Amino acid sequence: MTEPILRLNDVSKSFVGTNALQDISLEVHPGKVLCLLGDNGAGKSTLIKILSGFHAPTGGTIEVKGRPVVFRSPRDASAYGIATVHQFGGTFPLMSVGRSFFVGVEPTKGWGPFKRFDKRLAGEIAVREMQSLGITRVTDGKRLVGSLSGGERQALAIARAVYFGANVLILDEPTAALGVKEASHVLRIIMQARAKGVAVIFVTHNVLHAMMVGDHFAVLIHGRKADDFRKGERTREQITDLMAGGEAMADLEAELAELEASA
Amino acid sequence: MTVQISGAARPAAAGTSPARSLRNLTYRPEAGALIGTLGVFVFFAVFGGANFVAASGTAAWLNVAAELGIIAVPVGLLMIAGELDLSVGSVLAASSMTLAIVSGYWGGPVILGIVLALGVGVAVGLLNGLIVTRTNVPSFVVTLATLFGTAGLTLGLSRVITGTTSVAIKPDPASKAVFGTLVAGQFEVAIFWWLAVALVVGWMLTMTKYGNWILAVGGDKESARAAGIPTDRLKIALYIGSGFGAALVGVIQTILYNGAQVANGQSFVFNSIIAVVVGGVLLTGGYGSVVGVVLGTLTFAIVNQGIYYTGWNSDWASFILGVLILAAVLMNNTFRRLALSYAPRTGKKA
Repeated sequence: MTEPILRLNDVSKSFVGTNALQDISLEVHPGKVLCLLGDNGAGKSTLIKILSGFHAPTGGTIEVKGRPVVFRSPRDASAYGIATVHQFGGTFPLMSVGRSFFVGVEPTKGWGPFKRFDKRLAGEIAVREMQSLGITRVTDGKRLVGSLSGGERQALAIARAVYFGANVLILDEPTAALGVKEASHVLRIIMQARAKGVAVIFVTHNVLHAMMVGDHFAVLIHGRKADDFRKGERTREQITDLMAGGEAMADLEAELAELEASA
Repeated sequence: MTVQISGAARPAAAGTSPARSLRNLTYRPEAGALIGTLGVFVFFAVFGGANFVAASGTAAWLNVAAELGIIAVPVGLLMIAGELDLSVGSVLAASSMTLAIVSGYWGGPVILGIVLALGVGVAVGLLNGLIVTRTNVPSFVVTLATLFGTAGLTLGLSRVITGTTSVAIKPDPASKAVFGTLVAGQFEVAIFWWLAVALVVGWMLTMTKYGNWILAVGGDKESARAAGIPTDRLKIALYIGSGFGAALVGVIQTILYNGAQVANGQSFVFNSIIAVVVGGVLLTGGYGSVVGVVLGTLTFAIVNQGIYYTGWNSDWASFILGVLILAAVLMNNTFRRLALSYAPRTGKKA
């Protein structure tokens, strides 16, 4: 087993009065996919915000490559190679692919007051990086991001994160807003990133998607880690039941059947 | 201007053909604005007669365009970054009065008055920027407040200091030549200032990383911040820019007309927004170009002045402008949709 690149020890977060997260311990390994499962409000977003430096935990410690770290800002987290890609890709619909790819880190050419943004290079790199993730339909860096499909936008954001040296990639519900075909694109991209040795944290409430790519799973319920297991150790039904708060889906099915009969 | 157009026309891989460059043009923010400008020009060239296209007619709308354009370009930049600046009208008046009082009423050196007048613009811009970024109050409200606040201060202080609301000034020949002369007897030197502002800002927006930052901040502020862009400092700088632009026009008007009035400049508040929006800038930010703003400014100025050459009652000018704004915005929306559906080679035709 490799050394974990990111480790959480008993991380807690309380906002005024409420405990959003309690004693979460996790390990994230390079070249593996950790699926973070949980219903809405289970604490997934809070955990993502802690990992990406938006919130500081109120308890517990975070280690990167075995050394304890404190993230004071999102910039701190990205300096440690932790990149977060949000549901809608965190990209700019009315900017070109090349411009969007290099926002904040624009390559320049020329000197002094004539130093300028090398848009051609930016476009070429953006297209090349997206193609390395298997997106072949985007061939022109001048295309507007808004003309890409949802999956292609995710690919752009992921390609960007990987290109700029992310070794931990947090994907926040990347498949939630996508159709079946687009979602399978994104799952393929997750496997591509994994193959590049990136540690992927895949946050989702879609058990099927998680089981297709995950190596390791953690289920959050009401801010606590309810279960933690490896690929193949649980069935889909077991996970779904757990996420639904322990209330067996079978019960719900029976109840629904009753309603249907009485209607 | 030329910089941008040649940049756009440069083909990515395939050879250039007229059809291709025409299609490329339709994917640019200023495509609708160009049609608008040509349209109103042809319209008034036909109905305005020979006088409209003569040098005097051209000077009339170019002069209006130049003064408006010096303000519209930085205001457009702010709008691309997702913020409004309504305070420009009062900044213009405050800058005019500062120059007139310092160098006219008190008889100080003109250069001192100019520096202080521009300083007023920078100060109001800085204030706008600080309030908008620190409080998260919508910039519409913040700059509406500074529009009124600055207007009141200008009026109050002018009356306290000079006892009147209009002050005369006798600019020295050097300042007159730089800011307030008429080239060939009818073209304001402001036209060159406008060109310079448009070239510098246009270069910055399309060719430098700062331009990319502005587009990004206007497109999605949170993502831009997450990408490491100093969004607050950027916005403050842009507000200082629009304050400076308004103050510059204040200086130009004061030196050109040998005096200042406290009520100067209020028409620029909405006219600058009209020019920017007609120029294809998206009101909510993230999309637009300096070429577009320049074209929008020209369109506005042509309608504004062209009406006098038609022999029609000038009461109709505002009506035409209203129709024009609506038409321009609808056209710009269409072109933006076209740009968003741009998927080369594979299938889906735009």
